Amino acid sequence: MNWIFYLLIVISIICGAINGKLQDVVNAIMSGAELSVKVAFSLIGIMAFWLGIMRIAEKSGIIDWISKTLKPVTKILFNEIPHDSPAIGDIAMNFSANAFGLSNAATPFGLKAMEELQKENKDKSTASNAMCMFLGMNTAGFQLIPTTVLAVLVSVGYQNPTEIIAPTLLVTTIAFLSAIILSKLFSKIFPPQDVKAKGGEND
Amino acid sequence: MTNILNLISLWALPVLLLTILTVGIVKKVPLYEEFTDGAKDGFKIAVNIIPYLVAIMVGISMLRASGAIDNLAVAFAPVLEFFKVPADIIPLMIVRSLSGSGALGVFSDIANSLDPNSYAVKLAAVMVGSSETTFYVLAVYFGSVKISKIRYALAVGLLADLIGIISAVFVCNWLFG
Repeated sequence: MNWIFYLLIVISIICGAINGKLQDVVNAIMSGAELSVKVAFSLIGIMAFWLGIMRIAEKSGIIDWISKTLKPVTKILFNEIPHDSPAIGDIAMNFSANAFGLSNAATPFGLKAMEELQKENKDKSTASNAMCMFLGMNTAGFQLIPTTVLAVLVSVGYQNPTEIIAPTLLVTTIAFLSAIILSKLFSKIFPPQDVKAKGGEND
Repeated sequence: MTNILNLISLWALPVLLLTILTVGIVKKVPLYEEFTDGAKDGFKIAVNIIPYLVAIMVGISMLRASGAIDNLAVAFAPVLEFFKVPADIIPLMIVRSLSGSGALGVFSDIANSLDPNSYAVKLAAVMVGSSETTFYVLAVYFGSVKISKIRYALAVGLLADLIGIISAVFVCNWLFG
């Protein structure tokens, strides 16, 4: 993350200077910071609601049931976490919510899943293979119906908006599958570094 | 087909809520106590991710304001022209991974300024609809558990985005070209 952060800012300042947009870049610091707090605060209510519902689902054994049902799939995708881990139920909920375009509900489930994955993680500052797999699948953004896009198309008077659903589904599936394959592949090529070897670096 | 999908979307949440609450009450789970107990974490998690969101969103706002994306778009234009990608779409391809509201903004812009039934609008719609904002997801999800060494997660996200863009171009060429 260090390099990403550094490069984002350095490239912005250099390009801003070249393009004569340095003032805009400086203003963007303010607006970006403000926006991030807005996003976080807008999450509080919906997060609290779904985390509350999830707790009920957990206590009534629904999450356990989902985890067991999905065992054959999760065994392959997340082979490093215990199969009775509550993370699996949370991951399943996150994907169902995403698939139906309910991104408001998906985020709390996803964060809950990360929390559970972190419990299984040995090095708390470094992402585990399971986390990378989960995020890879999430960034690919598998969705059955692109509701927001359809709304925009309708608003500009597009004649047959539903014709984009099939191609979108096809593309999102391809991206989703490649994210899974890439995550598997990369977890073999770049295994987690030995925790002991860089022990001094932690924290 | 679309109607069925829309119906599922509409009913997904209500059915989920009904199922969870009904199973809970049948199994004698103290619903209200467990709900409020679980909900307490909502505030904590939202506040915890603020520093990570600020870092990423400030960086990305700056990048978008700097015009770097337009520079990149100009650089890539000749290559993409070869694949019949309209020049109007190029900024969208880049913004897509960086910012969700940004991508939607650029998309609305394209849809409003071009003929709504043009090939460019179709391609743009497929590209926006088939992706999730990689940087936002990484910042929020890893931020919530305080992970700073993300290993190959960004590479996977961006490569999958790239594969998504390429397949969007091919699929649209094939269907609408």
